[in-house]
Order: sequence, then C-alpha cells, then structure tokens
Amino acid sequence: MELSEFWFVLVSILFIGFFFLEGFDFGVGMATRFLARDQLERTVLVNTIGPVWDANEVWLITGAGAIFAAFPHWYATMFSGYYLPLLLVLLCLIARGVSFEFRRKGPNAQWTNTWDWSIFISSLFTPFLLGILFTSMLRGMPIQKDMNMTAGFSDVINIYSVWGGLTITLLCFLHGLYFLALKTEDSLRKRAREMAKKLIPFVLGAVVVFVVLSWTMTDIFVVRRVPELILMNIIVLAYGLSYIFISKKKEGFAFTMSGVGLISTIAAIFIGLFPRVMISSIDKAFDLTVYNAASGPYSLKIMTIVSLTILPFVIGYTIWSYYVFRKRVSAKEHLTY
Amino acid sequence: MDLLILARLQFAVTTVYHFFFVPLSIGLVFMVAAMQTLYFVKGNEIYKKMTKFWGNLFLINFVVGVVTGIIQEFQFGMNWSDYSRFVGDVFGAPLAIEALLAFFMESTFIGIWVFGWNRISKGLHLASIWLVALGTLLSGFWILTAHSFMQVPVGFTINNGRAEMNDFMALLTNGKLWVEFPHVIFGAFCTGAFFVAGISAYGLLKKKHVQFYKTSMKFAIIAGLVGSLGAALSGHSNAQYLVEKQPMKMAAIEGIWKDTPDPAPWSAFAIIDTKNRENKFEINIPYALSFLAYSKFEGSLKGMETLQKEYSEKYDAITGEGTNYIPPVKTTYWSFRLMIAFGVFMMLLSFAGLYLWKKKALEKSKLFLKLLVPAISFPFLANTFGWITTEVGRQPWTVFGLLTTADSVSPNVSAGYILTSLIAYMLIFTILAGAMVYLMIRKIKKGPEFASGTDSQVTTDPFEGVGA
Ligand code: HDD
Ligand code: HEM
Ligand code: HEM
Repeated sequence: MELSEFWFVLVSILFIGFFFLEGFDFGVGMATRFLARDQLERTVLVNTIGPVWDANEVWLITGAGAIFAAFPHWYATMFSGYYLPLLLVLLCLIARGVSFEFRRKGPNAQWTNTWDWSIFISSLFTPFLLGILFTSMLRGMPIQKDMNMTAGFSDVINIYSVWGGLTITLLCFLHGLYFLALKTEDSLRKRAREMAKKLIPFVLGAVVVFVVLSWTMTDIFVVRRVPELILMNIIVLAYGLSYIFISKKKEGFAFTMSGVGLISTIAAIFIGLFPRVMISSIDKAFDLTVYNAASGPYSLKIMTIVSLTILPFVIGYTIWSYYVFRKRVSAKEHLTY
Repeated sequence: MDLLILARLQFAVTTVYHFFFVPLSIGLVFMVAAMQTLYFVKGNEIYKKMTKFWGNLFLINFVVGVVTGIIQEFQFGMNWSDYSRFVGDVFGAPLAIEALLAFFMESTFIGIWVFGWNRISKGLHLASIWLVALGTLLSGFWILTAHSFMQVPVGFTINNGRAEMNDFMALLTNGKLWVEFPHVIFGAFCTGAFFVAGISAYGLLKKKHVQFYKTSMKFAIIAGLVGSLGAALSGHSNAQYLVEKQPMKMAAIEGIWKDTPDPAPWSAFAIIDTKNRENKFEINIPYALSFLAYSKFEGSLKGMETLQKEYSEKYDAITGEGTNYIPPVKTTYWSFRLMIAFGVFMMLLSFAGLYLWKKKALEKSKLFLKLLVPAISFPFLANTFGWITTEVGRQPWTVFGLLTTADSVSPNVSAGYILTSLIAYMLIFTILAGAMVYLMIRKIKKGPEFASGTDSQVTTDPFEGVGA
C-alpha cells in the first residue's frame, strides 16, 4: 500500500471515530427536546456527555488537520468549495460548545433554557449539514481543471444530499438514544428505549431509500460493488439486530449495533470515494484522487511515524476516560454542567 | 469591498479574537495547577478554594478558546485555499500533529479534571490539570512551528509548484520558533498573572475575602515577574533574530528608511511619512538600537530603501516587476511600541507588587490596587499589538520570499461569501464576549464563597449550587 493510500485510510478512521463518538453526542443533544420533559432531565442528558464532548469533537479537528497535511489539494478544494455549509457547521459547533459550559452558570431558568435551545438546534443541524456535505461529495461536485470547485445551490442541496443528511441525522439520534439507555436511570432510561424502538423503522426506511438513491445517482455500486453491497447488508442487519437487543433490554449490545451501523455507513462513503477524494461532475479527468491530491512522500512518512506513535496513547487515555465516567448519571447526584 | 482585503480582515479579526482566550487559558491553567499542587502538598483549604475559584474562571475562558480555534483551522481552506495548496505539505504536518498530540490531551483531561473531583484519586486529579497545562504548551509549540515556517521558511524544497518538506528536524529547530515560542508563552504568563492580579486587587479594594485575594495576589506577582521579565528577554532575542533574518520587518519596526549611522539610535517617537519615505520628526535614544540589535554599542542597520532594492533583485522574478516590499510602516512601528510600552508597565507593576509583598503591605496600597484593575487589559493589548507587529511586518508575504498574501487567497470564493461569514463571526463573537464577561463578573461577585462552608457541602457540591 502506498503511503497516500494509507493516509486515506487514516483520514477515514478519524471521520469514522468522529461519527461514532460525536454521533451520540449529537443524538443526546437532539434528545434534549424529543426525550427530556423538563429542565432537570435536560441537565441529566447534558451531563451524560459532559466529560467527553470536547474530546469527541477533536476527532473532527484532527480529521480536518490530517486532510490538510496529507492531501492539501483535497483540503483546499473541499473547504473553499463548501464555503457556506462549513460556515454553518462552524457556527453550530461554536454555539454548541459554549452552551454546555454556560448553560447553568447564569442567573435563572430562562438563561439555561436559551442555551439549551442552542444545544438542541446545533446538535440537530451539525450532523445534517455534514451529512449533506459528505453525500454530495459522493455524487460529484463541479470541480474545474484547476482543482477549484464553484458549487451552485443545487450542487449542494438536492434530493440525494438532503436525504443523506436526514439519514445521518437519524442515525445519530438513534445512536444517542441507545447511549442514553446505557447512561441514565429509571424513567429516562425506559423512555429512551421506547423511543429508540419507535425510531428504528424510520431509520431502516431512510437507509433503504438512501441505498436506492445511491444506486441510481452515484457510481459507488459500479466502482466498489462487492464491498458496498456487503456494507449495506451489515448496516441493515445491524439496525435490525439493535431492535431485537433493545427489546430485550440489552442496551450495551443495542448501542454496539448502532455503532456498527454508523461506522459502516461512514466507511461506505469513504470506500465509495476511493481512490478519489473529490469527484468532479464536470469531467472524470478533473477528479481529485489520493494520488494527485497528496503531499510528498517525505512528509507522509514523517507523519506516519509521528501519528502511529501518538495514536495508541490517545486511544488509551480516551478509553480510560470513558472508564472513569462509566457510572450512570442521575438527577440525585451532583451534576456539573 | 475587495476579496483580498476582506479575507485579511477576517483572518485578523478571528485570530486576534482567538488569541484573546489562548494566552489567558495558558497562563491561568499553570496558575491553577500550581494552586492545586500546593493544596495537594499542604492540604490547606485556601488553596482548594483558589483552585476552584480561578479554575472556574479558567473554564469559562477555555471553552471560548476551543470554539474559536475551530474557525482558525477551517479558515485556511476556506479563505486561503491557494495558500493551503502551496504549503500544505509542510504546514499541514505540525497542524495535524498539534491536533493529535495536544488537542486530544487538553480536551480529554479537561473533562476528567472538571468532572473528576472526588471521583478519581487526588493524585490523578492533580495530574490531569498538569496534563491540560502540558497540552496547552504543546499546542502552542506546534502551531508556532507552523507559523515560524511562514516567517522564516526552512526544511523544504520547491517541487511540483509548491513547497514540499524535506527536513522535518529543520522545522523543529527553526531559530524563529525558538525565539517566538518562549516569547508567546511568557506573554501568556503575563496574561494569567494580570488577570488574577486585577481581580484580586478588586476584591482587596472591596475588603472582601482578604486572605484569599492576598494569597492569590502572591501567585500573580510571581507569574507576573516571570512573565514580564521573560517576555522582555525573549523579545530581545526576537528582535536580534529579526535583524538577521527579517531585516525589512526590523527596519519597518524602527521606521528606518535609509541605513542608520553606526552606532544606531533607537527611535522612541517618529512622525512617519510613508509617501515621501521619510520621518518628519524624531525623538531618538542614542546607541540604543545598536544595543537592541547586537547587544553592543556599535553596528548599523539597513534601511527600507536599501532593502527594497535588494529584494527587488531577489524576488521580482516571483512577484513581478515593481513590487513594493515595504510593509505598512506606521502600523508596524506603532504596534511594536505599544507592545513594549504595555510590557514595561507590567514589569514595573510586578516589581511594585514584589516590593509591597516584602513590606507586607499588599492590601494597603490603594494606588497599586487601583492600577491593577485596568491593568487586566495590558497583556491582552500587548499580545494583540505583538501579533500585529509580527504579521503586518511580514507583508506583502504570507510565506516569506515564497508566496505573497495576494496569491494566497481562494480564487473560487466570492467577496460576498467572505463578507457574510465575517459579519456572522463578528455577531457571534459579540454574543460570546458578552455572555462570557457577564458570567465572569457574576462569578467574581459571588466570590470564592461557594467553595467554602462545611466539608460535606464541598464534597456534594464541588463547583456550584445544583439549582435548576
Ligand atoms: C500559542 C498558542 C496558540 C496559537 C498561536 C493558536 N492557538 Fe489555537 N489553541 C491554543 C493555542 C494556540 C490552545 C491554548 O491550545 C487553545 C486555546 C484555548 C483552548 O481552549 O485551547 C486552542 C484551541 C484551538 C482549537 C480547538 C481545540 C479543541 O477543540 O480542544 C483549534 C482547532 C485551534 N486552536 C487551532 C488554531 C489554529 C489553526 C491557529 C492558527 C491560526 C491557532 N489555533 C492559533
Ligand atoms: C494566534 C495568534 C495570531 C495572531 C493574533 C495573528 C494575527 C494576524 C493578523 C493581525 C493578521 C493580519 C495582517 C494583515 O492583514 O496585514 C494575520 C495574517 C495572517 N496570519 Fe496571523 N496571527 C496569529 C497566528 C498565526 C498563525 C499561527 C498562523 C499560521 C499558522 C498565521 C497565519 C496568517 C496568515 C496566513 C495570514 C494571512 C493574511 C495576511 O497576511 O494578511 N497567523 N495574522
Ligand atoms: C518589553 C519587552 C518586549 C520586547 C523587546 C518584545 C519584542 C518583540 C518582538 C521583536 C516581536 C516581533 C517578532 C516578529 O516580528 O517576528 C514581538 C512579538 C510579539 N510580542 Fe513582544 N516584546 C516585548 C514584550 C511583550 C509582552 C509583555 C507581550 C505580551 C504580554 C508580548 C507579546 C508579543 C506577541 C504575542 C508577539 C507575536 C508573536 C511573536 O512573534 O513572537 N511582547 N515582541
């Protein structure tokens, strides 16, 4: 495997890690309106992700940094091309981060309520926007010969990308509900399970429609037929199984299954792209690939050494931090956020 | 408005804003870690109270530092895509390493620290704040590695029409990095110090929690001394390095049009006429510039006109005939002087504090305490003016000698987009600043009380009332 291919895999892993971890953060954020009934319950929900949301977001930051370092042309084309969607993503991420910290440091319930709405809205829109971004990339964007992309409204917003965004949002929501079933107690825990069960048919429906749309509107089943078909089956199976597990109150297994579903979905997107990183809808010759968008071999080698040295530590203390905060969160104890 | 101007304005606004929070995070986290260490060693409750009170203010600041940092990372691709294509091979690596090495560490251990009171052992809890502190240092180190490359490019070749890394160690041993990194960190210490000092002074003026604020003040004085002396010394090496590697910036900083006499005087005040390339009026301190530049009382410096000629011969092939290599002189000249002025104020205040401490009169000198309250702004101003000196003084280049700012901007992004995002950022920045300042003032007004009371209250209620 060439180093540039290896870095494509690493970038994919970073985004998979991001969607797996921050996915349930987003889901919990959505649940603050759909599941929680009052401010105390919202407080419990926010505290389930309190110690980890920032570190989870760093997966995105690292993913973007890795693209910059390993594929400068990909970074340049994508970030300048998706200007407005990324601006919205940034505004959401800003609002979300400070809301966690600020929500209960103010004078009254009104203050808290305002920041809670900001948590809800940003948690809903970030995965939606990122979903739009990644799925529209799969369909191809107007990239010129000079590698610059000048996207119009309908390049970014169309049936396929909006459906992709919706699907990703739903997947995150379900993932968050399972997470809450694992991390809360009593009534909240029970309601999280019930809501997840009601949601699964919609998730499966959304996934199936998305697969059909992908079949007709992208070339991923042409370019990577076998792995994509396998992944699609895994996705449907995982969400099916999660229904069975959650019905039997096996929350850990259900959460694992929605994790598998999310991981496979993001993997399907990256596998569908490979070896391209940005598909040009104007001419195949203008595609950005892992070969023509990559940094030089020396730079990639240095980064490979550095990242393979650091990554085990990162994964190690991340796991440890989840272990430290493994207890369920309840309103009876002190809540920090 | 012009695309380039807007993109530059946006970069200036967002980085300066980010860099309000960054040095306060770095400075405060070290002070909080020191306080907690004393609590760990001595077991005295007052240190615990201090850890919590200042730690709380630190957290409010930290989160704004985090969210404004994300803009920075995205911005290179969004507004400066041609720049990103040109330097990504070199510049991306330290940025990615920063995220992997520093951001994960900071964010994970800050979570553990905030939520870990009474949940993990005291030793581990203390270790986690030190790891956050280390993370902020590493983060500064790696981003400044990237930044130093832009000022003094090393360790690369030009290949495929872009800069490609060929020597990673050269990036890490860049002389620029090793004068810039200590300077920025000492500046950050000043920021933490004067923040704590100013608030403590306010408390002492109100005669509230005298013991608490007096002890905090002592931490601040130590940090202020280290920070301001360190900043001056490292700033001095920064200047000497400039003479060697970025003489044009140095000439602009000093407003030198023609080569100076030997020994060179330091210009304390000048009315600069950029059109006619001369200074209308000057107040000079003899010998001082030679000393600043060479640590001895002799030696002359090149002027901007000489350098313009030299640069034209060297770089016109890249930038085109008739390029102006002289940066905006007035901005560079004055922002440098303002940085120094605030630095000197801070040094004097720190020494005054030391003197009063030794005389056991910290809470007694009204004048000293009253000065410290507005002095909270000094390090922020010094930092900002420092960056403006560095960045404006580098113009017209983004990567010195290789890529101009005009060639860095995204060709496919419209001015309307940048204007939209600029307005959006400014709006959200205003809201953030308002909310943050409001919350801090609320916390300060409440005082350190919430951490006091009976021990049982402390254990069930580590940060503040449960409420809600
Ligand atoms: C000397 C230090 C320094 C400098 C020059 C910069 N930063 Fe910064 N940055 C930090 C020091 C720092 C920090 C201390 O690590 C922060 C600030 C406060 C904080 O919470 O972490 C941070 C946060 C921070 C974050 C969020 C990290 C997280 O989620 O935990 C990002 C993505 C960036 N920065 C990126 C940048 C970029 C792209 C910069 C260049 C324009 C930049 N920073 C300048
Ligand atoms: C956080 C501290 C920093 C501050 C406060 C700061 C400040 C500034 C300012 C004020 C400008 C505008 C100059 C002008 O328009 O004339 C600028 C420009 C710029 N800076 Fe920095 N800077 C910082 C760090 C960095 C770092 C770490 C990098 C790179 C990693 C960087 C890269 C740039 C670039 C690409 C520009 C281009 C726009 C231009 O040159 O006008 N800056 N910066
Ligand atoms: C009083 C003595 C000081 C001297 C002689 C000094 C000198 C310098 C010089 C020469 C530069 C320009 C480096 C360049 O353009 O590349 C600089 C930049 C800077 N200064 Fe200072 N400085 C002093 C005090 C301070 C203080 C007290 C602070 C902050 C609290 C500060 C913050 C900065 C910052 C943030 C920069 C930009 C980053 C850098 O280039 O290192 N300085 N300083």
